[in-house]
Formats: sequence, C-alpha cells, structure tokens
Amino acid sequence: MNGIWLDFERPIIELEKKIEELKGIDGVEEEITRLKAQAEKLKKRIYSNLSRWQRVQLARHPRRPLALDILSVVTNDFVELHGDRRFRDDWAVVSGIAKLDNVSVTIVAQQKGRDTKEKIKRNFGMPHPEGYRKALRVMKMAAKFNMPVITMVDTPGAYPGVGAEERGQSEAIAVNLFECATLPVPIIVLILGEGGSGGALALALGDRILMLENAIYSVISPEGCASILWRDASRNKEAAEALRLTAQDLAQFRIIDEIIPDPVGGAHMDIDKTAKNIKEALLKHVQQLLEIPAEELISSRIKKYQNMGVYSE
Amino acid sequence: MWFKKKVEAKPEEKLKLPTGLWVKCDTCGEILYRKELEKNLWICTKCNFHFRINCRNYISLLLDDAALDEQDKDLEALDPLGFQDYKKKLRDDQEKTGLKEGVVYGFATIGGIGVVFAAMDFRFRGGSMGSVIGEKIARAIRAAREKKIPLIILSTSGGARMQEGIFSLMQMAKTSAELALLAQDKVPYISILTNPTLAGVMASYGSLGDIIIAEPGAELGFTGSRVIQQTIGEKLPEGFQRSEFLLEHGMVDLVVSRKDLRNTLIKILTIISKRG
Repeated sequence: MNGIWLDFERPIIELEKKIEELKGIDGVEEEITRLKAQAEKLKKRIYSNLSRWQRVQLARHPRRPLALDILSVVTNDFVELHGDRRFRDDWAVVSGIAKLDNVSVTIVAQQKGRDTKEKIKRNFGMPHPEGYRKALRVMKMAAKFNMPVITMVDTPGAYPGVGAEERGQSEAIAVNLFECATLPVPIIVLILGEGGSGGALALALGDRILMLENAIYSVISPEGCASILWRDASRNKEAAEALRLTAQDLAQFRIIDEIIPDPVGGAHMDIDKTAKNIKEALLKHVQQLLEIPAEELISSRIKKYQNMGVYSE
Repeated sequence: MWFKKKVEAKPEEKLKLPTGLWVKCDTCGEILYRKELEKNLWICTKCNFHFRINCRNYISLLLDDAALDEQDKDLEALDPLGFQDYKKKLRDDQEKTGLKEGVVYGFATIGGIGVVFAAMDFRFRGGSMGSVIGEKIARAIRAAREKKIPLIILSTSGGARMQEGIFSLMQMAKTSAELALLAQDKVPYISILTNPTLAGVMASYGSLGDIIIAEPGAELGFTGSRVIQQTIGEKLPEGFQRSEFLLEHGMVDLVVSRKDLRNTLIKILTIISKRG
C-alpha cells in the first residue's frame, strides 16, 4: 500500500496496521484472515459511498497517475512535439503523436508534475496561452494527416498571471473551442483528474467525453466557489457538494458519455489497471468514431453541444 | 438624443444609476451634475470614465429608431443543481431589471443595414452566463446565419454562472461551436466588449469577433485582477486588463468611445457588406 492516506481512509489504515502487527505471530492466522476480510468489506463500504469532497481529494491525490504515466502504458512510440511556434514551449501541456495499438493518434494532455521540481517546470498543470496554442497546432496537424485526437485533461485551471493575460489567455481558449468544433477528425476527451473550468474546457471539446470514476470537472473549484458564496475558502467541502462535479453527476446530466472505472480506492491504487481500463475505452471509441464520415462527425459533435443547457421556454 | 427614449421607457427599464442631483465619478472622484452626465451618455466629462449602462440603453444608443425586434424573450433559467438561493436570486434580478435573463437579442437595423443584435446586461446576476444566455446567444448566431446578416454581440459579464455548474461551462463550447458554423458561412460578427467582460464570456464569443471593439477603460480579461494579484503577490502593471492595454497587446481591434460607437458600427457594416 502507498504511504499517503486521506482522512476518510483512516479506519482502513488502522485495520491494515493491525494485520501487519499480527503477522509473524504464531496461532493468529485465523484472526488475520478474519481481519483481512473485514478490511476488504470496509474498503468496499468506504470507497463505494464516497462524498463529492472525497472524490475531489482522490482527483487531487498526490499519487494519482498523471497523463504521462497513463500514456506510457496506453500508447507505443510516443513522440513528443514541442512549442506553439509563436512564443515558447509550455510544459503544462504535453503534445505529440503515438500508436494506440495499430492506430496512429495525436495526443494532447495536461501534465501537473510529480515532484516539486517538475511541478514548477510544468506550472502545476496550469497552461499559459502558448500551451493552448501548441495543443491547437498539433490538433490541426492531426486533421491534416487524418489522425484521431485524444486529449487528457488534468488541470486546476488556466494560469492566472500577467503574461498569460498579456498574451491572450481568453483568446487562446476561445479559439481552441472554435477550431475544435469543426476539426474533421475524431476527438476523444478523457478527464483524468481535475477538470478545472475554462482551462480544462479548452482541451475538452470533442465527440466523446470520458471521465475516470474519481475525476472531477467543474465550472469553478470548490475553494473558489466557497470564497464567492461564503467568503470562506475553507468551506470547500460544502461547495463541492453544491457544484455536482463528479463523474456520476456529469453522467446523470448527460454532459459526459462514459465513466471509466477506477480500481478500488482510486486510480493510484493500481496504475496499470487504470491504464488498462482507459486503453480499452479509448480503443472502443476510436474504432467507433473512425467509421463515421468527417461531415457527420462534425455535425453530431456540434449537435451534442447545442443540446447542453437547461432552461424553460 | 437617445435619452429621450429613457423618458418613455417603462419604469422597470429605467437606468439603475445613482440617484440624486449629483453623481461622483468612480474613477476620478469628480462630482458631476447628473443632467450633464446623462446628456454625455454617462461618460465622465472630466476623465472619460464610461459609467455602466444597461441593455435597453444600448438599444436606444445603437439601433435605428431605438428599435429591437426581440426574440425568445421568455427563455428562463431553471435550477438544475438545486443550488442554494439561486431561484430567489433569479426572481430578485427579474424584478429589479424587468428582464427574464441577462441578455436580449433580436433583429434590428443600424444605419439601414439589417443585423442580429444581442446585448448582455450586467444588472442581471452580473451578466454571468448560464444556460439561458448561452442558448440565446446560440440562437442569435443561428439567426444571423440563416438570414445571412451581420451579427453584433455586446458583452458584459463577470464570467460563468456558478449556480448552474457544468451547464454554464458548456455554454462556452456551445456558443463557440455556433460561431464556427457562422464563420464557415462567411457571415460577419462584431464583438463589442464593455465594462467588465471576463472569464467564460471573454474566453468564448467575446474574443471570437471578426472585429472586436472595446469601450474605453473597460476591464477585460480571463482571470479577474484580484485573483491574479493574490496568485503572483506583486503589484499589477498600470492599466492592466483595461481596453487600452488589450489594444496595445493586440487583443482588440478598436477602442471606441460610447459617443462614436453607432457611427463606427455604421462605417464597418457599410464597408463589410459592400454597400454605399
């Protein structure tokens, strides 16, 4: 088991600790077996009744698999392509080409970074405009060479900074939405961890929106929502409930198309299993979408977004 | 001249601006005589600050005969998340403004040229974009495409409407997708940005105009300056995120005073539709 535990996992750790202590003592095998069964039951109970806030915690888990962890298992021969050809290379966005089994695909992903050094280099997964422009450049190349696009979303949001504003953060996001609406190749979006508002959406307009079981996707972070509503960011738990930001909520709202199951306890508990589930889903959707002529693909993609919204007339 | 209309306006459509004989300018602190300010289209006579005005005022200011053939005016928000106090806040703003939601759109002429015109209203939930605004903007875009006449959207918005959660985020995608179709059909779209236009609206249709016009001194950007200041912990540059700053950085085509807005639109529309 990994060494980082969330508050709500405490009963499980305590039980696991007890089991560890008993190991090596004679005559307690039966007790160990009993405790192990109890632990399994407890895990099932805890992890199948997660609150929205607990899912936020899992989505932000320090050991949660990042885009590159998944890519290295799911694809072969990934060739990373750098830079937006305008200003610089933004490390918060990783893009490139690869093989998904025998299908040539284009990858655009947000990457948060694992250790402190990498986090800083990747700006904690918060792209600048050039990150979105790099993504668009590579997606346009995908269209040119008729390759499906797979995007992986994992960001707290677009970076709020002076340079980002000077270079047109809004414009970069808007143009991605505009261009992706009519991109003549399949776009499959995978919400991997955190789908933070417009900064996530800029890579999330596609034909299929898939979401990991314990990922979140929201118009505003629970902290941001809480500070607007109650001027108190520490009420993030309540805000998470109010925002309905889980995969289960979004499937119910018909915003996403499919939930990809996490291993028990979250994606980080078994990264290979997580990646396997992802690969299965990606292959299925890529194969389905490749059958559809480009024109039909675009018109049903646009229709999908035209139908999003709840109002009375 | 356009405030003649204001006298005739229904009480609920009256400009909700500071009452009293004298008004203090938010920017330079000058005390201004109200009548004088009205005559000057709510532009400070000393520092050129553009006071916020509402969607009806813009209709009077920009459209021929101050006339908008309004469409879909009964579209109303629902409360898909069951969000705390949301229904009440909607009702309050409906009462306050006489509007059902934060945008109006319809058919009009400007200098005799037929257009689809949409104007947002900051008084209604701070112009925040929920499902209704997204849908009405989408329909405005479709109307322009069907009739093949120019589209003008005047924006003012604090961003997405938090109380509608993911549905409000998706309005960015919906409106941008509609604009992609409009562009395919080569129908012109002019985006007018007024104070403030931020976040979700700025990162979708606000920034997607073939021509983008900003009112002077408007706060325009993705993230609000307070959040940026907190993030970077240092002082922001002078004039940061104001219209003139965006002009300097190549993000808008023109900064145009409210007084010249109608004439500028007529000029652009005449050239772009190859008339006159």
